[in-house]
Order: sequence, then structure tokens, then C-alpha cells
Amino acid sequence: MTPALRTEHLTRRFGALEALGDVSLAIASGARHALIGPNGAGKTTLVNLLAGSLAPSAGEVYLAGERITPLAQYRRVKRGLVRTFQVSSLFGGLTVLESVVLAILEREGRAALWRRPVARCTVEIDEAMALLGELRLADDAGRRASALAYGRQRLLEIALALASRPRVLLLDEPAAGIPAAQSAEVFRAIAALPAAVTVLFIEHDMELVFRFAERITVLAGGRVLAEGAPEEIARDRAVREVYLGTADA
Amino acid sequence: MSRAPALPSGRWHAAEAIPWLLAIACFFLFPGYRVLASHVFIAALFALSLDLVLGYAGILTLGHAAFFGLGAYTAGLLAAHGWGEPFSGLALAAAVAALGGLAVSFLVVRGTDLARLMVTLGVGLLLYEAANRAAWLTGGVDGLSGVAMGKLFGVFPFDLFGNAAYAYTLAVLFALFVFTRRVAASPFGLSLRAIRENRARMPALGAPVERRLVAAFTLGAAIAGVAGALLAQTTQFVGLDTLAFHRSADVLVMLVLGGAGRLYGALVGTAVFMVAQDRLAGIDPVYWQFWLGLLLVAIVFVARGGILGAADALRRRLRR
Amino acid sequence: MYHPGVIGVLFDGLAYGSLLFLVSLGLSVQMGLMNFVNLAHGAFAMAGGYVCALAATRLGVPFLAALPLAFLAASLAGALLERLLYRRLYGASALDQVLFSIGLTLMSIAAATRLFGASQQPVRLPELLRGQLHFAGADFGIYRMFLIAVVAALTAALALLVGRTRFGAQLRAAVDDARVARGMGIDVDRVFTLAFALGSGLAGLGGALGIEVLGLDPTFPLKYMVYFLLVVVVGGAGTLAGPLVAAAILGVCDVAAKYYLPQLGAFAIYAVMVALLIAFPAGILGRRA
Ligand SMILES: Nc1ncnc2c1ncn2[C@@H]1O[C@H](COP(=O)(O)OP(=O)(O)O)[C@@H](O)[C@H]1O
Ligand SMILES: [Mg+2]
Repeated sequence: MTPALRTEHLTRRFGALEALGDVSLAIASGARHALIGPNGAGKTTLVNLLAGSLAPSAGEVYLAGERITPLAQYRRVKRGLVRTFQVSSLFGGLTVLESVVLAILEREGRAALWRRPVARCTVEIDEAMALLGELRLADDAGRRASALAYGRQRLLEIALALASRPRVLLLDEPAAGIPAAQSAEVFRAIAALPAAVTVLFIEHDMELVFRFAERITVLAGGRVLAEGAPEEIARDRAVREVYLGTADA
Repeated sequence: MSRAPALPSGRWHAAEAIPWLLAIACFFLFPGYRVLASHVFIAALFALSLDLVLGYAGILTLGHAAFFGLGAYTAGLLAAHGWGEPFSGLALAAAVAALGGLAVSFLVVRGTDLARLMVTLGVGLLLYEAANRAAWLTGGVDGLSGVAMGKLFGVFPFDLFGNAAYAYTLAVLFALFVFTRRVAASPFGLSLRAIRENRARMPALGAPVERRLVAAFTLGAAIAGVAGALLAQTTQFVGLDTLAFHRSADVLVMLVLGGAGRLYGALVGTAVFMVAQDRLAGIDPVYWQFWLGLLLVAIVFVARGGILGAADALRRRLRR
Repeated sequence: MYHPGVIGVLFDGLAYGSLLFLVSLGLSVQMGLMNFVNLAHGAFAMAGGYVCALAATRLGVPFLAALPLAFLAASLAGALLERLLYRRLYGASALDQVLFSIGLTLMSIAAATRLFGASQQPVRLPELLRGQLHFAGADFGIYRMFLIAVVAALTAALALLVGRTRFGAQLRAAVDDARVARGMGIDVDRVFTLAFALGSGLAGLGGALGIEVLGLDPTFPLKYMVYFLLVVVVGGAGTLAGPLVAAAILGVCDVAAKYYLPQLGAFAIYAVMVALLIAFPAGILGRRA
């Protein structure tokens, strides 16, 4: 079967620094795939390259078998490749509901309409409220994104991604910086996604990784160190040395 | 499921009648100021067009007068060459300004704030000099005279007292305000606000940011062109100062004085600015310039939301 | 019509460009180091110009002695305003910076008009610097040669200052990444103030040297604002070489346009400006881009 997402020799340099080197990986359709590695390993860089917010120095990206390397970021989103940000990137002055309704309108290609007020887009509003309800954000719907506590902002970040109805979802440390109780909530929401949705997630909490991941790729120094099922990764000597050995990298 | 909180609805609030009723009342209360009032309405429309570009889409421009001037010269030249019908003149002026805006927008939407500022500044200066040099067409520094306007609806002539001009400019301002208000409350308006808030995030929602900004900039240019055309038609003259840098700067000041990104800020700021200018600059233009400068510094340091922003803050404090 | 010939145009253009460069240097530092779009930079040049002109006409200070005064006064004004006002807007939006600095510009213009009148200020050059030298088939104004020499010497001195001294190292570190520099224990605030003062002082010196070439009246800050901005934006903020090249190009283009295409007036230079901006879009400004 064609992998949902595949890279070939993907490389990105920042000046003299090679943040990512020759990464070739395939993510099976519908997989729950974890990307782990110490800080500075190049995980976020990989997500940026996949999402198209960063251009590769070399290499290719394929979405469902189709080469998308030259495609602009927003066009990739239109094809179902959606990402979240490690550091929440929200619309501070917009309310939670406005943000999610906008994401839905963008997905539908209706965000350039100018004749009808937003308040009359009832289908989109209902969908947004349902989504916010699932993420337990409904009570905050009328608040500005900038006024939310950090943990809630992380949830909104995910709500925006889900509103785009991803086929492939890239999650960059979705639970970073929030209490363990809430991070479980985040992952519950991710686990509840339809099985057809492919998920690539970056996470430092090994317990969560081993609970949710079906496959794991380990990145270190911009290179793929190992890839395999969780049991294999747990047994891998090189990984234990580089990664699992260091406390909370 | 809990009830959805309020979203931009475009529904009219009773208080919104106040400025418009006030504008009508002024016609009768201050008959000696009808010409000034029509200039205020024109400037307010110009500021409104900038609000769309800067207040909503967040595009910093120091050359918005380019489109005001384009509209003014289009309408003026039409009338000077025998096409004196006002409404078709407005429409053509809007079209020409929109074309100009479209052309410039491609240079503007991509860059940083600084690049935008430089490009708009440069285009504004370029157009000013072009009009200055093309005296055979524009009259150069002497301005374009011989603008002969037809009657409104073929019935009402533009009179010296500004009666027709008052009604005409106010009506056009109101019509375009209603239009802009509607755009602002629409999904398009929401997406512009989102671009202003966090441009980098928008592509991740699948939004073609540049296309949106091109649309906003072009629309803003068209409305600015209508404002310029109104000035040309009601004064039956077009001067080089329609394209001048100080007009771009002044409209920026009017907008931020009233409060950007809230539509009514453009109206309030313009009214306060123009009346103050009329009073103070008449006494001593140098003084006016100094106070204007101080006002700008003060806005930045103490009243970022302008007059309406300050009023909002006050209301919130009183309610608490 | 009087025609100075190609060499003469190049020479005049370079003299003009060196003035633009001198004034723009401070702006380049402000835009590169503090990320500040300072439209009021020309006001510091004007301040230096007035100090020089008034010291000469009212106090009888000779021109050459008045130049350091212009530098000192402008840098003092720069340091003061940086501490009091500019500093608070370093993280602010470009809109806030633009509004603030336009406000400051308007105030300076009004103040200058009120204090010194709207007319052009005269300048008395010392005998030594007047007249022309004639060789290679062209006339070379002695004052313009002096200008080029002064700016060349200052540029060399600045290159040494930036390249060899502790302050220079700190400045470079701060331009590179203010946060990292702070982490290394550099007093970035102090570096900012000093750099701002130095840049304003150089602008003041440029304003004084430029009375003979650019003229001096209260509209100076607005009249030349675009030129200074353009030098920095086209040349790239935060460097020495970039603005130098840009200023030379701009100076020569402007002078050439005035001689060869007088019917176009300022149109030519604005066309060059827009063309340069299109040819070198935002990228050339960002050092890290
Ligand atoms: N925009 C950038 N410019 C320069 N270096 C960068 C940039 N983004 C990331 N890097 C560098 O690339 C390396 C990988 O970073 P990143 O992908 O963020 O790592 P991770 O997400 O695994 O912690 C780091 O050394 C980082 O400093
Ligand atoms: Mg990361």
C-alpha cells in the first residue's frame, strides 16, 4: 500500500549547520507514528519541511504517492496535510470560536465570502461548537485566544488542526508544557480520531509514546537513528544510549 | 451542547444611528460649514478605505494617497473632457484606482512591514512626480482646472454653498460604509483580521494569504479612489496635493486617532482631526504641525486604541 | 547649458552619496540592531546642521570648529531621546514606530521653523575649501573633495571601531543576536544607547557638512527621509558595506538624472527607487534571511 507520507533523502541546512540530513522515511496510512529524539535533533525541522513552511535544501516529500515538494504550505493543507505548532501559534485577538469557525471556513474554501456575516454561517458554527465541546473548550468559546491559560491554548491549537479535517496530522509536541492530567486529555482526543487519519506525533513523554505509537522513528543529530515497532525501539542499543539513557531530553 | 457566543453579525446597533443623525443635523445646525463638512465626509471615506487595508488586513502603507489621487484625477479628467455625470465618474475612478491598487498590491503583500512601507512610499512619490511632470495632462503644479460637473441625477447642480456636495458626499460615504461594514463582518473580514493577528499561522489553515491581501488592498484602493473622485467633483478642481505624502500621513493619523480596525474609528478620528485642523491651522500652521506631532507621540505611548479604544477602556472600567 | 562631463557627474554623485551614507549609517544601525524604523533620523541631521550654521553665524565659530559641535549636539540629543522614548518602542509594531517617529519629525520641523525661520540657512566655508580644481578635463569642487575625504576617513575609523574594539565586538554580537549577547553578559542596553548616540552624531555631522550640498531648512527631515531609508533598505541594515554601495549608486543616479534628464526631475530617482525595491525585495534587508 502507498504510504500516506514519504520522504526521500530530505535535507535541510541552516548555513553550516545541517539540521536534517538525508532522512528517508515512510508513514503508513492510518498509522500512529511517533517521532522522538533529543532536543535539537531536527524533529520540528522535519515537520516544517513536511508541512511546507520550510523549503528543503535537498530531497523530496510525497503525500499519498504524489510529489508535493514544490507545493505551497496552504495547498498541502487543502490536500489534508495539517500540522500543529510546538509553541502555540494562535490568533490572539480572535475569540476561540472565531478561530475555529475560520479554520472550518478555510477548509470549505468559503473564507473569502464577503456578502454574508460570519454569524449566519450556522453550519460552520454548529460544527465548531461540537468540536470545542469534544475538546472541553466550549466554555471558553467566547474568550480571546490570548486570554486562555496555556493548557487551553494547546487544546485550541489542536482544535484548529482538527477543524481542517486532516488526512495526515503532524503534531509537534502537542502536550508540551501542560500538566500530565491535561496531556492525557490531549492524547485521548487524538486517539479518538478516525482510524483512517494518519498521525505523526512528536512527544518527549516515553510513557505516552509507548502507549499511543504503533511505530517510532528516532532522530538524532538530524539523522534517522532507528525506526521500528515500540518493542524494537525499546530494545535498540543505540537508541538507549543516545536517547532513553539521557533523562528527559 | 452549550450555546455559541456572539460572532460578527453585521446587525445594526441603535447607537450606530447617532453619528449619521448627527451628520444630517449638522447640515441645519451649521449652514456656514457645509463645504468643510463635505471635506470631512470625503476624508472619512478615505480613512475608512485605509482601515480596511491597515486596520483589518494589517498592511502598513505610507502611500495611500496614490489611490486617492488616481481617483481624483480620473474623475477630474473625465469631467474636464466633457463627461460630467457624477456617478459614472465615481465608478470609473474606483475602477482606475482599483487597477492601480491591484498592480501595487503584488509588490506589497509579500514583504515585511518595512518593505511595504518603502514600496508604498516610493509608489506614492513616483505618482506625485509623474503628475507633476505630466502637466499637459494634469495641469502640473497649477492643478487641473476646467472640471465641469453635470447635475446630480441631472437635476441638482453643485452649488457654491456646498448643499449638493454635502448630501452627495454624505450619501456616498454612508453607502460605502454599509458596504465596508458588511465586508468586515463577513468570513473575508474575519480572515483579514486573522492575517493581521498571525500571518504565519494562516497557511497552516489552508488560507491563500497573498490572494486575500491582494483583494483587501485592491478594495481599499478602489474606495480611496472614490474618495478622491468625490473631492474632484465637489470642488471641481484637482490639485497635486491629492497625491502628496502629507495626505498619506494625515489619513494615517486620522485613522489611528479614532482607532484602527473598528470602522467608526475612521469617522470619529477624521471628524476630530479635521475640525481641530480647521480651528488651529487657521491660527498658526506651525503650531498645528507641532501639536499634531505631539499628538502622534501621545497616541503611541498612552492611547494605542485611539479615541474609541480609550472610550472602550473607560466603559469597561465603569462597568466593573 | 553647463555640462560637467561624465567624470564630473560621477564625482558630484560620489560626494553626494558619501553624505547620504554618513547620515544613513545611524539609521542602518537602528534598523539592523534595534529593529527600529526611525523616520525621524533626518531630524538629527537637521539638528546638527542648525548647530553648525548658528554657531557660525551667531557665535562666529569657524566652520571646521563647528563640525564637532554638530556631532556632539546631535549625539547628545540621540542619547537623550533613546533613553527617554525610543527605548520603549524597541519591541513595538512597525506602525507604532512609524507613528512615533513621524510625530517626532513633525515636532522637529515645527520647532525649527519657529526658532530659526523657514528660510535656507547660509554657510560660510573657509577660504581653503572654496573653489575648484581643474584636471583630467573636468572641474572638481574642493569642498566636495573634502567631503569625500572626511567620509572615507570616518568610514575607515568606524571599520576599525567595529572590527577591533571591545565596543565593536559587543555591537556586532548585539546585531547578530541581542538575546544571545545579553546571555553572554554584554550590557546590551548600554550598547544600544551608545550606538544610537553615535549614529545620531554622525547624522548631525552629515547635516552640518551637507548644508553646502543638500541645503538646510526646516523641511530637511521630510525632504531627505526617503533617501536615507532607501540607502538602508537597499544596502541592507546593520552592515557598513551595504549602505556604502547603495549610497554611492543613489548619489550618482540622482546627480546624473539632474544633469541628463532635468525634465524628469525627481521622477527619475523615485523610479530608480521603486526599481531597486522590486529588484531587491525584503530579503536584502534581513541579514539572517
Ligand atoms: N530557522 C532556523 N535557523 C537556524 N537554525 C535553526 C533554525 N531552526 C532550527 N534550527 C536548528 O536546527 C536544529 C534542529 O532544530 P529543531 O528541528 O527545532 O529540533 P527539535 O525540534 O528536534 O528540538 C537545532 O540545532 C536548531 O538550532
Ligand atoms: Mg522541536
